Amino acid sequence: MSEESKPIGGEFLTTPFKVLAGFTLFAAVLVLIRYVMGIGAVSNLSDGYPWGIWIAYDVVAGTAIACGGYSMAILVYVLNKGEYHPLIRPALLASVFGYTLAAISIFIDIGRYWQGYNMFLPWYANVNSVMLEVAVCIALYVMVLWIEFAPVFFEGVQKYKSSLPAILTRWDVSGLQKIWSKFLFFFIAVGILLPTMHQSSLGSLMLIAGKKLSPLWQTGFLPLLFLISAIMMGYAIVIFESLFSAVGLKRPKETPMLGKLAGIMPWLIGVYLVVRVLDLIVRGALGHAFAFNVQSLMFWIENALFVYPLVLLMSPENRMKARPLFLSALSILLAGLVYRFNAFLVGFDPGNGWHYFPSFGEIMITMGIISFEILAYLYIVKKFPVLPKAEHA
Amino acid sequence: MEIKRRDFLKVATAGSLMLAANVHPSIAREPKDRIKDAVGMLYDSTVCVGCKACVSACKQYNETPTSSSSTDELWDNPLDNDSKTYNIIKLYKEGTGAVKDREKDGHAYVKRQCMHCVDPACVSACPVSALKKSPKDGVVSYDKNACIGCRYCQVACPYNIPKFEFEKAFPVIRKCQLCSHRLEKGEIPACCQFCPTGACIFGKVVDLLAEAKKRLAYKPGELRKYPVERLVGNQVTERVVTPYVQNVYGEKEGGGTQVLYLTGVPSEKLGLPALEETSDAKRSETIQHTIYKGMIAPILFLGGLVYVVHKNTKDHK
Amino acid sequence: MKNKDIESVSKRLGVSRREFLKYCSIVAAGMGLPLGTGEQIAEAVTSAARRPPVIWLSAQECTGCSESLLRATHPTFEHLILDLISLDYHETLSTPSGHQAEAARAASIKENKGKFILVVDGSIPVKDNGIYCMIAGKTALDILKETAKDAFAIIAMGSCSSWGGVPSADPNPTGATSVQKILTDAGIKTPVVTIPGCPPNPYNFLSTVLYFVTFKKLPELDDLARPKFAYGRLIHENCERRPHFDAGRFATEFGDDNHRKGYCLYKLGCKGPETHANCPSILFGDTGAGTWPVGTGHPCFGCTEKGIGFHKPLFSKASLHLVTPPDTYPHIVEQQGKSALAGIAVAAAAAGAAYVAVDKVAKKLGEDDGKSKK
Repeated sequence: MSEESKPIGGEFLTTPFKVLAGFTLFAAVLVLIRYVMGIGAVSNLSDGYPWGIWIAYDVVAGTAIACGGYSMAILVYVLNKGEYHPLIRPALLASVFGYTLAAISIFIDIGRYWQGYNMFLPWYANVNSVMLEVAVCIALYVMVLWIEFAPVFFEGVQKYKSSLPAILTRWDVSGLQKIWSKFLFFFIAVGILLPTMHQSSLGSLMLIAGKKLSPLWQTGFLPLLFLISAIMMGYAIVIFESLFSAVGLKRPKETPMLGKLAGIMPWLIGVYLVVRVLDLIVRGALGHAFAFNVQSLMFWIENALFVYPLVLLMSPENRMKARPLFLSALSILLAGLVYRFNAFLVGFDPGNGWHYFPSFGEIMITMGIISFEILAYLYIVKKFPVLPKAEHA
Repeated sequence: MEIKRRDFLKVATAGSLMLAANVHPSIAREPKDRIKDAVGMLYDSTVCVGCKACVSACKQYNETPTSSSSTDELWDNPLDNDSKTYNIIKLYKEGTGAVKDREKDGHAYVKRQCMHCVDPACVSACPVSALKKSPKDGVVSYDKNACIGCRYCQVACPYNIPKFEFEKAFPVIRKCQLCSHRLEKGEIPACCQFCPTGACIFGKVVDLLAEAKKRLAYKPGELRKYPVERLVGNQVTERVVTPYVQNVYGEKEGGGTQVLYLTGVPSEKLGLPALEETSDAKRSETIQHTIYKGMIAPILFLGGLVYVVHKNTKDHK
Repeated sequence: MKNKDIESVSKRLGVSRREFLKYCSIVAAGMGLPLGTGEQIAEAVTSAARRPPVIWLSAQECTGCSESLLRATHPTFEHLILDLISLDYHETLSTPSGHQAEAARAASIKENKGKFILVVDGSIPVKDNGIYCMIAGKTALDILKETAKDAFAIIAMGSCSSWGGVPSADPNPTGATSVQKILTDAGIKTPVVTIPGCPPNPYNFLSTVLYFVTFKKLPELDDLARPKFAYGRLIHENCERRPHFDAGRFATEFGDDNHRKGYCLYKLGCKGPETHANCPSILFGDTGAGTWPVGTGHPCFGCTEKGIGFHKPLFSKASLHLVTPPDTYPHIVEQQGKSALAGIAVAAAAAGAAYVAVDKVAKKLGEDDGKSKK
């Protein structure tokens, strides 16, 4: 387990790193403006569209993309497919930062953030609220993710001292390591329960929007559809990130392992599409797909993005090649992203003539958050044992 | 690519089973009943003359600032309810707009403010109970000390009533509170107090509903007495009845509201959404409770997970 | 009510008994007093044991306030006020002048110490010890201070004595100051009523005096000591052109079509929205409708209001204190939401960049696939 991964080393202050840092700093300035002058000063959020891309992307889509740790945990720790173990740490890394930054995004988005802890106070908590369950669940899961990722830090500060700043390597963590290995299984179990709960509930959030959400997306099956798509996005991000970083960081590819992993995808996509289509037919909502408007166009794009990887990955040949794997994984990620954008923004019409498109400030803050996530990824894979050793490819 | 028939059948079956499994008898959340002593308003669009005294009065008695949509900023002329405008009068106009309360080539006025729903979506949605429905009189009130500014209430409300102060560094949600600060003193909401024609009157919802039904039975052309300011009081005005759409909007829509509407033009044309009888709160809570009631399912699931994960990891140290 | 007294007053004044009672009712109505108060006023006027003494001091004034009073017709200044009150000193209207007039003033003050009403018009200069206004060898400042402490009540007639008026306009070379400020600084506590205006409507003054004579107290005053019956509302609230304001119909140039149609003068600088006065209600000169500045087509310049009159430029726009809904309505559905342009541009750029990056990676992977196949 601990012998199979190591830091990949190399200079971390590369040009891409500096560019990403630039975006992050710019976003930080915008966030400061948001706090001093109000949400309206940097965003196009309005009474008609109170939720924009900070919710739809940063929180909803972002956490789904960060489901790598969740999906791999199911595969490795529940279904006991140990051969995928080398993929656990990279998946966890993406999850830790994806979820932590989603939580930070929440505190940028909510208006009375200084009272955000009210959600955790029993005399304020409203147990009927889907939002309460989502928030508490995500908060707990962020903690669980850091606990699950801690062994990477423990190992790094012990075995790879030389490349780390002294302040991190001062303490003796061997005692902590022992405690961790005794109790980690419990947190792994919790780390599978929690995303099952909140990824489905992220879908349930839109139930109460009622008729304001188009019949193309409004359904009692929102929680199930969000859950299935989140799980498949978890596998997709693992494949995508592995191949992208192999090219970007000039490392050997893990195509055979990824190809085997991709075998699950057609099943997941298939079940998802069956539920999605049957639900539309039974509710008599399919007619809206032919309405020739923005909503119907986005509906077709969303589902095409699901069908394309399904078709591609059904063939075992394609699953052995890196390019089809890469494009399929990307397509699934985009499919899940577009589905969530559609369910929260495109399909949402409050009436009364409102329109919304994110502002420059909103987009730059989101890009800053994404940039920071990539920065963190780059730094950590170079300094800590996350990526599998070359021999394990 | 070869889709093996076997595989296709496996997927289709799994999907259908999932669908079926979710249709089992859910732990339904019972629809909410109207509170016995609930108070509210009856707004009769045919009686309204669009004078906007209610708009001015609301701003005065709630001490809300003016809201201007014109570059000159000479008037209080918002385009819609907003964070400074709890109450607004809007105009419906079709074609020439010649005849009042007629759908075609006619015009009509509609007053928009919080409906104080029987089963409010905002109350169900709010994670911190910042929006609460009074068990005594059913008024839906807002507590800024609880609010975290997540704006889920704005997503939930079918009437788009809660408004948010996006332009402020320390924002709050703003909406009509049925002048509860005046109700406490035994007074009535300012909009009802200052309506000169009796288009907007205050009273107990059961009584207002009875009055509304009574009016629906009036014959157009008759001379009838209409109460002014409040349903039960001394002030009355006489007017010639004009045709009504045979529906009291708010009796059943979205689970019912405490502000009821009578209109001469179909309510949808006035911007009042066509809602089903089942409230969105009921729908959302039914699904949520089915999955999480008592946290039984999650705890059982966790138990199973702990067992399996422990078994699979105990050899890897 | 003693008919004989009314008879005698009417005879003295040269008006019929009916006209006299009518006049008293008009005064009462103009002050918003209840029905029946007119009779009280008639009673007070006719049965007064002695006519209350009044001393009228003039400082830096143009005499416009006295001129305005001279135009009153109900009552006429000379017939009724000279008989209703005992005007013991008035520089313009006194029969004696010079030392005789000053002696009369001194005698009246001595005899009526604590019981006379002091009326002041004109602002009082304080710069250089007040030498810019001297009467009979003394500064107006000193005269005011000596006289005020012995008065029962003071009426500051006109904007000059109420808050400084024209002489106090920038740069205020004489240090023109209001009566109230002079008295406050000197610690003199005699109550002051202000009747601002340039000139004020005479009936605002007359009604206040009659109220005082009848009820032996001052009418309800606002925080600037102005009687509320006359200065309790903004001109904008009672203006006959208000519907044009609410409907957005404005004159934009003197003589243009809209000006000729009598539309609202707000855009020409009318200060009605920030000026308290009752001009639109009682007009000027008793010659019929429209006899006030706005009615003739000239914007109000705020002559009664400190900080507006002689301070704000004539044609600059007034601030609106009471903003109300207009004549127009929002529609059921209005287009709302902020501009999407900047966002679309950035989103397109980001999408483009992402596409390029992904495309490069995919190509590289494709090449590698091709190589490994061989």
